[in-house]
Amino acid sequence: MELAALNLVNATLNWVTSALDAPSARAVVFGVHIGGHLFVEVLLLVVILFLLSQKSYKPPKRPLTKKEIDELCDEWVPESLIPSITQEMLSEPPVLESAAGPHTVINGKEVVNFSSANYLGFVGHEKLLESCTSALEKYGVGSCGPRGFYGTIDVHLDCEARIAKFLGTHDSILYSYGLSTMFSAIPCFCKKGDIIVVDEGVHWGIQNGLYLSRSTIVYFKHNDMESLEKTLERITSENQRAKKLRRYIVVEAVYQNSGQIAPLDKIIRLKEKYRFRVLLDETNSFGVLGHTGRGLTEYCGVPIEKIDIVTAAMGHALATEGGFCTGSARVIDHQRLSSSGYVFSASLPPYLASAAITAIDALEENPDLTLKLKENIAILWKGLSDIQGLSIASNLESPIVFLVLEKSTGSVKSDLQLLEDISDRALKQESIFVVASKRSTLDRCPLPVGIRLFVSAAHSEPDLLKACESLKRIAAAMLRQTFRSSQQQHVTVLNSAGQHSAVESFVFPREMPVLASH
Amino acid sequence: MIAIPYLTALTTHFSYGLLFVFGHVRDFFRKLMFFTNDNLQGYAPICLGAEDFYIRRLYLRIQDCFGRPIASAPDVWFDVVERYSNDNNKTLKRTGNISRCLNLGSYNYLGFGGADEYCTPRAIESLKRFSPSTCSSRVDGGTTLLHNELEECVARFVRKPAAIVFGMGYVTNSAILPVLIGKGGLIVSDSLNHNSAINGARGSGAIIRVFQHNSPDHLEEVLREQIAEGQPRTHRPWKKILVIVEGIYSMEGDFCKLPDIIAICKKYKAYIYLDEAHSIGAVGKTGRGVCELLGVDTADVDIMMGTFSKSFGSCGGYIAGSKELIQYLKYTCPAHLYATSISPPAAQQIISSIKVILGENGSNRGVEKLSQIRENSNFFRSELIKMGFEVLGDSDSPIMPIMLYNPAKIPAFSRECLKKNVAVVMVAFPATPLLLARARMCISASHTKEDLIKALEVISQVGDLVGIKYLLGEADKQQQERMKLE
Repeated sequence: MELAALNLVNATLNWVTSALDAPSARAVVFGVHIGGHLFVEVLLLVVILFLLSQKSYKPPKRPLTKKEIDELCDEWVPESLIPSITQEMLSEPPVLESAAGPHTVINGKEVVNFSSANYLGFVGHEKLLESCTSALEKYGVGSCGPRGFYGTIDVHLDCEARIAKFLGTHDSILYSYGLSTMFSAIPCFCKKGDIIVVDEGVHWGIQNGLYLSRSTIVYFKHNDMESLEKTLERITSENQRAKKLRRYIVVEAVYQNSGQIAPLDKIIRLKEKYRFRVLLDETNSFGVLGHTGRGLTEYCGVPIEKIDIVTAAMGHALATEGGFCTGSARVIDHQRLSSSGYVFSASLPPYLASAAITAIDALEENPDLTLKLKENIAILWKGLSDIQGLSIASNLESPIVFLVLEKSTGSVKSDLQLLEDISDRALKQESIFVVASKRSTLDRCPLPVGIRLFVSAAHSEPDLLKACESLKRIAAAMLRQTFRSSQQQHVTVLNSAGQHSAVESFVFPREMPVLASH
Repeated sequence: MIAIPYLTALTTHFSYGLLFVFGHVRDFFRKLMFFTNDNLQGYAPICLGAEDFYIRRLYLRIQDCFGRPIASAPDVWFDVVERYSNDNNKTLKRTGNISRCLNLGSYNYLGFGGADEYCTPRAIESLKRFSPSTCSSRVDGGTTLLHNELEECVARFVRKPAAIVFGMGYVTNSAILPVLIGKGGLIVSDSLNHNSAINGARGSGAIIRVFQHNSPDHLEEVLREQIAEGQPRTHRPWKKILVIVEGIYSMEGDFCKLPDIIAICKKYKAYIYLDEAHSIGAVGKTGRGVCELLGVDTADVDIMMGTFSKSFGSCGGYIAGSKELIQYLKYTCPAHLYATSISPPAAQQIISSIKVILGENGSNRGVEKLSQIRENSNFFRSELIKMGFEVLGDSDSPIMPIMLYNPAKIPAFSRECLKKNVAVVMVAFPATPLLLARARMCISASHTKEDLIKALEVISQVGDLVGIKYLLGEADKQQQERMKLE
């Protein structure tokens, strides 16, 4: 038995050995001995390659089926188009029944008008009305086309030449609306990657233009030159390689939101030191500052070639509508083809262009209009400098006299409500038409709201004195409760340059007026 | 859709290629010159070189076809000022000569451009009463009796509960869209929308998606996809969706497929914004725009926008909608709070022209004008097609673009027509795609039959000269088939 099993095993072993040592297995291929172990190695290699070639496990992508998309679409609920209407949204502005001159008629009563930016008193000027009438008879009202498609009328070209001659620049370009001037001019020259340093108190038109340009925007503190210098220093040190990078500073000459005047000579010095370009918005200073009314450049003694781009809306001193932009020839030519508010929009109605030409002629003939305006501003300042509860936040020479609450009631909304009550009462009881500045929900300006008085050269002295008296009365009546006997007050004091400097915690040990029963 | 013939496509590509090559060669030499003449002193150049390549090298060659000044009112016959250039079209100077031409370019659909017997005296009256500007925004001291009357008039005309008016049509779009929709919203706009709507959409901060021109199917696809996916990257649901379409597309002359688009918007709960810049006053039985023409109820359109510079001969834009919408806009829209209000004579012009259109001034001039413009447009269009031109646009639309394609034909057509005293408008890149340049005619209700026939003669002659009667073979074929049937 054991012998048989042993024999079997031996026989099997012998057979296997002989099979593996068979002559075919001992063949020599290319000088390599092929042994039995080679089969195992080849098999292993094949298995390895197979596993490597398999993709790693990803869960399979299943796009949404039609039914699922239908369900999602049914489930989705949009927000309502507008938020619900609150009480303050229902207020209506006062309706004028006559021209917006220094005196106007509201609700049948004649009031003194401080809410129209009619700085030189051209509203109602006969020469202006004459030229408009003849233009209306000749050209009709509208121009029926954009500038590129037969909407260019010879009065437009004349107006552009006149403005350029008046300011001493090479050329100018007319826009058909004041608000669109800045937000069309800025995206022309600023694209993604450029750097713009801008004052935080600029108006919405400039903010929108900056947003549309997609450049990097850096704000500096309102009208604060040290903040501007620090910002410029920081930017230049961060961006050493500035070959293709365009850099701009955007300021307004007279800020609409506060009435401050930008110190242009300091800005020019900074600009030349750090190699930036300057965009200046002269909406409220054209026709007002400077002894011939040529604006901030004349006022500060800066030659206008140093400013790269000057824009202005004509709806203020020139008493028409529209806006213009002026600068070197390269700047203006570029805008004629790439400024969207110029190329894709109907041109300015011709009678408004002829009104602008007449207004500039009138301004050049009587430069003492600016002097009269300055006198009027000074009278108003004197009258309002000791008003209770309100303080003047604007510059001594600015045609917008901006009154802010000395002590805020806590929120912007209630401040605005209080100021609107004051202006309502002024209109109804004292026949003085002033307005509180309104803010849109889209506006990002952080400056406080206030009451704005637009001074005009056509206001007479009795008008101004009456306004001062009335406002003082109303402020005293409505703001009595803001005075506390022993509380510290923040008083804003003006330094010699006419600029703001806050002096904090200055205790006024004054006698409090008796709080009469309301 | 525009199907460009093969040979034309080839020649157009070749022409543009040649122009680009020449332009680049000249730029190369210019760079060499500038290298020695650099006076920028460390500033980056204010206009980068690549941006205005098209302007410097292509547009300046044909600059005299654009921006032609006129010396009279933009009426049916007007005076075009001749210009000359000493430096190869780089700067153009006016001469004192004028030539009286037929106006096929101004947007004067109902003929209110220029002095009108009913409107102009009233405009002059309100000028004397309110002076050309109020110098103040609407919320400050700029609202006069005229403004309130105007808004009521417009709301009544457009058949909506309330309306708000601005001083410029472009600003209307740019300042309203950011108020209505913001971050987290979706704007779906037609691919051929006007620049003002695109600007407003960009300024709002919402995500923008485009659907193929006038294709309700593609709109539905886009809406389904976007609602299912949600906001990009976070996949949160959209806050709201706004679809922007136009009444008449100014470069194509065709109407929007409004009933289908409204049905889709209702199904997917999107808001619809209709921009009727060209169609208000010009189409529809009583001139009330594309809603009347296509039989759509105005209550279905959430926001209707339009401008007054085309059919009413004035300036400005409006938005019409529900009372709450208008109240909200009056509270917060920046164009209402900060911009000077619309000039009173312009407001009076709009009121008077609406009265004429509706016949409220006691005459039937309005009805005459509306039927005249329809007749004129249909007559002109059918004649042009008979002659073999490739004309775009639907019937009843007063805008008819004629395809040119080749860049050299643009100045040729324009200058030859001007020599024969017909003033036409050329449209090229960037208002249209690069290869699809066209000449665009705008018909007015004041065009008489003789004017149109004269224009057709001139256009036919110039068309033969320049070689743009692309469909001549087909027009002949159609006529032969018709004769065979008869």
